[in-house]
Formats: sequence, structure tokens, C-alpha cells
Amino acid sequence: MGTMLDDFFVRAVLAGIGVAAVAGPLGCFIVWRRMAYFGDTISHSALLGVACGLVMGVDLGWGVVAVTLAVALLLLGLQHSRRLATDTLLGILSHAALSLGLVVISLLAGVQFDLMGYLFGDVLAVSVGDLGWIYGGGAVVLGLLAWIWRDLLALTIDEELAEAEGVPVMRTRLAFMLLIALVIALAMKIVGILLITSLLIIPAAAARRLARTPEQMALAAAAAGVLAAILGLAGSMQFDTPAGPSVVIAAAGLFAVSMLPKPRYGGR
Amino acid sequence: MSEPLPAAFEGDTLVAAKGLGVRGDGRWLVHDIDLDVRRGEIVTVIGPNGGGKTTLARALLGLVPAAAGRIERAAGLRIGYVPQRLQIDRTLPLSVGRLMTATHRASADEVTAALAETGVAALCDRPVQALSGGEFQRVMLARALLRRPDLLVLDEPVQGVDFGGEAMLYQLIADLRDRRHLGILMVSHDLHVVMAATDRVICLNAHVCCTGAPQAVTRDPEYLKLFGPHAHIHGHADADDVGDVDVDANVLGEAPAYALYAHHHDHHHEVDGSVIHDDPEQAAREDGHNAG
Repeated sequence: MGTMLDDFFVRAVLAGIGVAAVAGPLGCFIVWRRMAYFGDTISHSALLGVACGLVMGVDLGWGVVAVTLAVALLLLGLQHSRRLATDTLLGILSHAALSLGLVVISLLAGVQFDLMGYLFGDVLAVSVGDLGWIYGGGAVVLGLLAWIWRDLLALTIDEELAEAEGVPVMRTRLAFMLLIALVIALAMKIVGILLITSLLIIPAAAARRLARTPEQMALAAAAAGVLAAILGLAGSMQFDTPAGPSVVIAAAGLFAVSMLPKPRYGGR
Repeated sequence: MSEPLPAAFEGDTLVAAKGLGVRGDGRWLVHDIDLDVRRGEIVTVIGPNGGGKTTLARALLGLVPAAAGRIERAAGLRIGYVPQRLQIDRTLPLSVGRLMTATHRASADEVTAALAETGVAALCDRPVQALSGGEFQRVMLARALLRRPDLLVLDEPVQGVDFGGEAMLYQLIADLRDRRHLGILMVSHDLHVVMAATDRVICLNAHVCCTGAPQAVTRDPEYLKLFGPHAHIHGHADADDVGDVDVDANVLGEAPAYALYAHHHDHHHEVDGSVIHDDPEQAAREDGHNAG
């Protein structure tokens, strides 16, 4: 291993860049499909995944993927039955899953557990192994996303039209859920489960006005996320502020800048 | 639930429902539907909101399963579908050209040709969110044509289109039928304009209340029960156009040649809200009144 990776700050920046580069493109679909609250609900259930991983003694990342995916599928099923409005359903599941995670963890007596680290991120504690997880998992997510890109975009335009025109709607939707679950597992260490959604949607929102095609927006969102990670972590070192929230604030700052009047691109 | 039609039988029927029923929310959304659409024919399904018009269209497209009866499609049938207005989020940077090829790959020339056929070739690079209602419907029609369909299914094709644009859009649909020899199934809650460009009307309120040529249907007691006694329209006074009708079609009387805007109100509104009478005599009386 190179000496660079011995520096915890270098590892943190590399982790932030890796996660942001993956979260940006996927976050575009969350924004286009108006699923911000959905993403929030899924990520809140990640704490329950951590708890399950601890109880069952498996890798916490896989615990998170399994539980978030299960919650996403439960949500899809409940949405389909249409007994409650979707936002009510999301509100119930979001807070029930978070509370359940907190309670289960409190029952695990004797386990050393950094709750704040899971809630708000602990990027400065990223290990070389974590980096392998982030870049390996990130490559898988981006590859899968490229694979389903065309179908997912067709679904985003109109699900019924896509179905009528032969797009495999259910399969594509399930693949999208899996990608969200994977990204949450990857991003948890960086910004924590309470702030993951911001890493998905803020760079995407910041990229909107720079882009003329969906692909441009995905690239711009990745770039905005990477920039936010670098700026946020540098700021956190400079001012000794918490790393995860600093990255989110940097992203929000970029979004604010993107909203400034911009005569060169402004025309339609 | 779909099986190919025997080729020798009913030669040019594109799609046919036989005793079709669809369930949803614990009830029959539509039931006992017999319907067919043949090549070169415009069939319009009208009916009150919640009467199952869209459900019927979705069943014919295979988007909802048939709980009763069956749907037969001609072998190799290609369907072009134009749903009701799409909800494309403003944050999605999507040009018209990109929308055209979202599920169906086509060359730039093919895209331009299809857009030109519906009169919107100039809009290819425009963001879809910047289109007017009429432009959007024309783009969606062009998009459906790109698939080289045998059958077009149009759900409320003039939704969001201003009054003047409606008639032009219906004319375009009729032209497409003639030029491409398509079968067209149209869904509408719009009683007046739609009928003039239609060969056959199916009046749907969960079941088929009545069916036939427009001018015959509007005299049908079932139709009058559904839409009220003033909802009759004037059709063309051309007996050849009446076709097969299962109700008394012997009432073509007083109608002018092609009264596109016949309408159960006696007036419509200008964009600024002022009243315009369709009946010239009444308009004249009002003018006289105003002048005197």
C-alpha cells in the first residue's frame, strides 16, 4: 500500500469521491422520479440493517443491503395495494424502521457501538478495506446502472407507456431498488444514514441547469458530488467541523450557486 | 388472454374483444364488452368519467389482464399508444428527439420524418416541458407512428389542446388513418367534435350502452339517458357513411354537411371569456338586441 493511503484524510477524501461519483447519477433518477422521501425512508431502515448484521454476525454492509432492499420491496407492495397515500406510508415506514433500529441496537448489551457514527457518518475512520468496498461496490453499481439506463429512463418518462412498448417494468424497478440499497450501504460510512439522501439529491439538483440531456445531468451530478466531498472534507479539516454534515453543506452551497441567474445557459 | 386471430376469418380486423371484463378495486370496471377495430376505421369510445374508457384501452393494450372474456389481436399486430398527458418532471432534461426514441431506436431521419408527418418537425430539439398541449400531442402521435403501427390507441388525444387546435388535431388523426391505412381506437369524454371524425362510436358506461355510426348513436335512447337529450350532434347527411348500426339510423334530417362544432351548449367561449353563439340566428337576435 502506498504511503498516501496511510493518511486518514486522504482515505476520507478518496472515500467521499468514490461515493459521490456513484450517488450523483443514481440520485438523478431519484429526483426525476420524485422519490426523495422514498430514498429517505429506505436509508432510515439502514440502521435496522446494521442491527441485524450485528445480531446475526454477518458483514454489516450486507445486513444493510438486505434490510433496505426488504423495506423497499415492502414499500412497493404496500404502494400497490393503495390503502394509504404514499407519503403517509413513507412517513410510517421511515420512522418505524429508524426507531426499530435504535431499539434493537439498545438491546444488544455489551456491543461496542458508535451510534453517532452510523447516524451522521464517520468518514475520517475509513479504512483501506472500506475503500475497497466503496470502489468495488461503486463500480458494480455504475455498471448495473449503465445496463438498465435506457429502460429506467423509459420508466421515468412514463411507466405505462414503457410497459405498453415492451420495457420490462417490474425487473427494471427491482434493479433500481437494488442499486439504491447498495448505494446506501456504501454511503453510510461517509455521511451517515440520516444524511444519505442529501448526497443523492443535492448534487443532482445542482446539476440540473448545466445539462441538456439526461446523461449530461448524471455526469454533472457526479462531478458536483465529488466537488462537494472535496470542499466539505477540506472545510471540516480547516474548521474542525463534523465531516459528513460539512460535505452536505458544501453540496447545498453548490446547489445555491447553480440557482444564481446564468444568462449564458438561461435560454430555452 | 391474447390469441392471434385466424387469418382467413374477419380479414382486416386488427383487435377484437369478446365478452371482455376487467376487475379492479373489487368490482367490474368494464364487463361484457364486444368490440372490434378494423384497418382503416376510427372507433371512438365515449362515456362518462369513471365509465371504464381508459380501462378498456389498457386492456386492449395488454396492460391489465382480462378477468372475463378474451382479446384477440391480429398476428404480428403493432400498436402505437398515446396515453393521457405524461407527467414528466421538470428536472429531467429531455428533448423531443430523445423522447421519440426512448424505447424504439430510430435514425435521426426517421425521427424527423415522423415529426414532419404530424407537423412538428421544428420541435425536435425543444425540451418536452416547453411544449404546448397541442404540440405535445402531435409529438406523441409522431412517436407512435415511429413504431410503424397497424393500430393507434389514443387516450383523450385533445386533452390540454385549445379549442381551435382540437379540430386540427382530429383532422390530422383522420388524415393519418387515410394515408397509412391504420385502425384507430380513440378514447374521449368529448362528445361534440370527436364524433364528426369517427366511423363508429361506442358509448361506454361499464358496459357498451350503444354502438353505431355517430349520427345514429346520438339518437339512441341509451345515449340520451347517459348524456341528456340535448347532447345530439349533426352528422354528415351522407347515407353511405352510416355503415352497420344496431339501432335505428333513419334520422339524418336537418343536419348541415359537416357541423364539426355541433354541441349541446348553444354557445362557446372566446379565450377572454366572451360568449359566442353557435346558432347564427340567435347571435343575430342578440346583435339586434344590442344594437337596438
